[in-house]
Amino acid sequence: MIFNITRKELKSLFSSPMGWVVLALLQFVFGTFFLNGIEQYFQTMSGAIRPEQRIGVTEFVGGNIFGIASFVMLFAVPLLSMRLISDERRQQTLTFLFSAPLSLTEIVVGKFLGLVTFLSIVIFFLAAMMSTLNFWAEIDFGYIAANVIGLWLLVASFSSLGLYVSSLTQQPIVAGIISFIALFALLLLDNFMAGDPTGTMSYLSLMRHFEPFSRGLLDTRDVAYFLLFIVTFLTLTVRRLDADRLRG
Amino acid sequence: MTTVTVEARELTRIYGGREAVRDVSFTLNKGEVLGFLGPNGAGKSTSMKMLTGNLAPSKGSVKICGIDMIENPKEAKALIGYLPEQPPLYRELTVDEFLAIAARLHRVSGSHVKKAVRIAKERCGLTEMGSRLIENLSKGYQQRVGIAQAIIHNPMVVILDEPTVGLDPIQIRDIRNLIKELGGEHSVILSTHILPEVEMVCDRVQIIHKGQMVFNGSIDILKQQRHGNRLLVGLSRAPANDELLKIPGITSVETLPSGLLRVRHDGSDAPAEQLVQAAVNQNWGLYQINPDQTSLEEVFVQLTFQEQAA
Repeated sequence: MIFNITRKELKSLFSSPMGWVVLALLQFVFGTFFLNGIEQYFQTMSGAIRPEQRIGVTEFVGGNIFGIASFVMLFAVPLLSMRLISDERRQQTLTFLFSAPLSLTEIVVGKFLGLVTFLSIVIFFLAAMMSTLNFWAEIDFGYIAANVIGLWLLVASFSSLGLYVSSLTQQPIVAGIISFIALFALLLLDNFMAGDPTGTMSYLSLMRHFEPFSRGLLDTRDVAYFLLFIVTFLTLTVRRLDADRLRG
Repeated sequence: MTTVTVEARELTRIYGGREAVRDVSFTLNKGEVLGFLGPNGAGKSTSMKMLTGNLAPSKGSVKICGIDMIENPKEAKALIGYLPEQPPLYRELTVDEFLAIAARLHRVSGSHVKKAVRIAKERCGLTEMGSRLIENLSKGYQQRVGIAQAIIHNPMVVILDEPTVGLDPIQIRDIRNLIKELGGEHSVILSTHILPEVEMVCDRVQIIHKGQMVFNGSIDILKQQRHGNRLLVGLSRAPANDELLKIPGITSVETLPSGLLRVRHDGSDAPAEQLVQAAVNQNWGLYQINPDQTSLEEVFVQLTFQEQAA
């Protein structure tokens, strides 16, 4: 049943130009940065003579491109998530889902998985692009894997927050703007709180938990943080939809 | 054999202190078509939302084929097909895609989806529209897609909220036939404010006014109220009303502004025949005689008005 909702979401995404355009643009942006990264690698490394100055191509190009990806997703995810529930509310199609034999959790998780599946396609292409470096260099697959997992968790967290904000309003644009601002604030929280790096507030920052992944470090604390983040916002979304049913 | 398919008990819904629906109770048997009538804002849609589990009742319970909507919403919802006031359509999809999604979400097994879509399209006259985008369909066809979506999983209970809005007369006739046909094997609840429609397709009628049920009974009772013991008579050389009262069976005569006479009778001794006989014998110049029907609207107004007076 969850799978059916997911399927429906993907179908809606790909039946409008929106899905394809977003996929193409993201791929274009990442491709450009990938090429730039490789060019810069040759320039920088030809100047670096001492061994300790030299870093591997995976880390050089990957660090660059995954950093950019996390930033680009900050714009892309609210754009995609804003319609998820607000648009259904506006078009009155939410009734269709509510009258079907589905629990609210199934609806919410299905929608979430739909968006995450779509974004996984982007991440998959990104990982595939990085792996092509393996044709002429020996690359660090562990590093790529950590980055991919990190980016995936980050994007899933973005999606869950976007989904929740989308359930609060009828206007997709409003949902988009609010999700963007909320994500931007969460992402840069540790910049604002730079004076107190151990404080609770800066611990909530998404970027702070993404950073170990981008160094190739897979820390269960960070994984747990992302998973809790996702579960929290999905639960809030379910509660919000339940309030619809109770309050009307 | 009668099987109860819908059982609503003391449904009440309070919106911010105001009771939108109060103590609505009824049962519906298999194969019946129930018409839900009421003026705007009477609580029809609210009741329907509660019946389909889209809105939680403040008090009371709904049971679909014995399954409680509040305790077991998934099982109960699987037995219902619902067309809300605004047909819920994903405009960016084609009719086929949308109906396939509807079928799958309503637990039609994978191998039967295609067949279910084809049958639903046939029943609603959408066979040629399969590959069209819903966005590009006319209002009437969109309405049909909405109905197709509600019957695709062959539910026990079909709930339609104003299904004939926006359709042309031929489509309305088709849809009414479809509703009658559905009534054969399913239970249908139909909300509308088009009164002749109720008379044509429904077995039972419920009239709801200001959130309360003011009438609940067979359509025949309504019809009886409609065909009262009255005649409308046109006489070009009308005698004094007293002359008419001499005819046996006639109890009162009233002159209408249009010059016609409204004659009440007690229903015995074929008064119409006697009246015609008298008119011919005494050369009154009879040019029109027909039963004076209270329109269903009048009955409706009477019923809702009675409630206000009470």
